[in-house]
Amino acid sequence: MKLADIADKMPLKFLCLPDDDLLDNDFTYAFASDLMSDALYLVNHDAGKTLLLTGLVNTQSLITAEMLDIKMLIYVRNKEVPQELLNLAKDKEIGIAAFAGTMFKACGLLYDFGLKEAS
Amino acid sequence: MIKTFEVKSQDFQSAGQVSSAIKKLLKQLAVPADIIRRIAVASYEAEINMIIHSLGGTIVLDIEDDNIALTFQDEGPGIKDIDLAMQPGYSTASAKAREFGFGAGMGLCNIKRMADYFHISSKENSPTVLSIGFKVIE
Repeated sequence: MKLADIADKMPLKFLCLPDDDLLDNDFTYAFASDLMSDALYLVNHDAGKTLLLTGLVNTQSLITAEMLDIKMLIYVRNKEVPQELLNLAKDKEIGIAAFAGTMFKACGLLYDFGLKEAS
Repeated sequence: MIKTFEVKSQDFQSAGQVSSAIKKLLKQLAVPADIIRRIAVASYEAEINMIIHSLGGTIVLDIEDDNIALTFQDEGPGIKDIDLAMQPGYSTASAKAREFGFGAGMGLCNIKRMADYFHISSKENSPTVLSIGFKVIE
C-alpha cells in the first residue's frame, strides 16, 4: 500500500519527509517494537518496503532504522519529537511520522490494510 | 584499509555513531548492500554492548578485497560466563540501557547470526575481545 494512502487512512502526521517520492512508495511489511534489539533481528526482509513502529522516540530508534535500511519510522502516541532528532532523520534520509493512537491500534490498522509482519 | 574508532563507556548520546560511520564508508566503497546491512547490524549491536557493559574501548575495521573484519576490544570488566551471555534473552543491562531500547538479551547471538566468522574471548576482570568477519562476495 502506498505511504500516502496509509497516512491518509490511519491517519499519520509527517514530521520529516526527506523525499516526496516516499509517498508513492509501496509498503508491504511492518514491524513494531520498543526493543531495538528485537528490530535488529530483522535482516532478510525487504527493508525498503517495511515500516518500523515504535514508542521509543530517541536517536537509537532512528539509528536502528538506518542500520536496517528502513526508510520510514512511525512514532506512536503523538510523543514530542525533538527537532535535533528530526534534523538527524533528514540527514539520514529517513521519514518520520506520528500516529496519535496506541501501538496496538496502529498495528491493527496496518494489518487491516493488508500489511504483513516483517520477520 | 584499517580504521580505528573509540567508544566511551555509558555514552548513550553517541551510541551508533561509529556504526553509522562504518556503514557510510562501506557504501562509498560499493560493498554489496546486503553485506553492509549485516555488518551494520552486528557493529551497532557490539558498539551498544561496549557502551552498556564495558569501561570503553576501540573498534577496529579492517577492509580487504574479499573480507571485512571488525574487532571490538574493551578495557574490561569482562564477561563471567560467555555461554550464558550468548543465551538469547539473557541480559545484565542497566535500567538506563533499557530506556534507550536495549537490553533484550539478543545482542551477542544476533552478532553471531550476522557474521561469517565470530570469536569472543573474555573472563571476569579482564578485557573482552570480540572478532567478527564477513566474506565479501559480489
